[in-house]
Amino acid sequence: MNPANYIYLSAVLFSLGAFGVLVRRNAIVVFMCVELMLNASNLAFVSFARIHGNLDGQVIAFFVMVVAAAEVVVGLAIIMTIFRTRRSASVDEANLLKY
Amino acid sequence: MSTLLSLVETTGNTGETVVFWVCAVIAVAGALGMLLSHKAVHSALFIASTMISLAVLYVSQSAPFLGMTQVVVYTGAVMMLFLFVLMIVGVDSSDSLVETIKGQRVAAVVAALAFAGLLVAGIGSATWSVVGLDKANTVDGGNVQGIAHLIFGRYVFAFEATSALLITAALGAMVLAHRERHTPRATQRQMSEERVRSGHAQNLPGPGVYARHNAVGTPAMLPDGTPTDRSVPEPLRGVSAVVGIDSADTASVTALAAGGSVIPTTDEETES
Repeated sequence: MNPANYIYLSAVLFSLGAFGVLVRRNAIVVFMCVELMLNASNLAFVSFARIHGNLDGQVIAFFVMVVAAAEVVVGLAIIMTIFRTRRSASVDEANLLKY
Repeated sequence: MSTLLSLVETTGNTGETVVFWVCAVIAVAGALGMLLSHKAVHSALFIASTMISLAVLYVSQSAPFLGMTQVVVYTGAVMMLFLFVLMIVGVDSSDSLVETIKGQRVAAVVAALAFAGLLVAGIGSATWSVVGLDKANTVDGGNVQGIAHLIFGRYVFAFEATSALLITAALGAMVLAHRERHTPRATQRQMSEERVRSGHAQNLPGPGVYARHNAVGTPAMLPDGTPTDRSVPEPLRGVSAVVGIDSADTASVTALAAGGSVIPTTDEETES
């Protein structure tokens, strides 16, 4: 099994996630696309760990997961706060930092 | 076609190839489904399938600990958090299809394709010599032990920093989601007085229970036979999935009341 296939898959998933971030308007869906990009990079880390034969890549992927979890918690709290004041989860609506 | 064959070509074990192709197709299909579905809940379910197939890929790449963590953290915690926030923000919050910036979608397609092409070209020109994790996974007695050795050894400061990060994130989320109460909470007496004054002292009508529909979104029928919106919970009003009483139902009820038969007569039957 060619290990490059995993890297190709990771590149495709990352590009799809980036495309979603650029196109989608719903802030929650944009967030999911960011998660997809993080997952794609994790897949690349795990594949490179296997290619190079040491576990450092897996440890980095683990740290990425931890940071992603923290990011999701804070990001969703921000989305909820914006939704409370503006009654909308669209990224176009939130064009002011106040009010 | 030749590149496809070279991709499918098996140099190692066949099982991993099969697992890879099944999971890769599911992962890409899930990502595409997330991008293309209009409802955010569907997007969440699609990306959950992508994450589970990625977990299988981790396990097949001799990273069982990360595979389990992926299932627990991503599909278990993160996606459930997404779904909870979707429930609060409103399940029907779908995307607006109006382009705010002219030509943004085309530019995004071009940028994504160019980026993917760049990455694929870069990967394609690289040479690979796979060492494999068989040695690294056995030197400490297993994959989990090996990762523990690294986390609590070389990366212990990063690990401690992530614990601080998690606590800060939890506190930050609590502060952000907390809403200060500016007015005193209404007492039960005030609420009951308010209710009597509003003119609807009685309960709102319950959901309609009929032979065909008994979902909570089905509007109840008033005594005069007209469906009322007040029985439907507010978040469900106007959701397209809610099936109201169609005119056939009311017609059959009327027919039944008039002593007639309610067996539906289809067009084919009347023709033959």
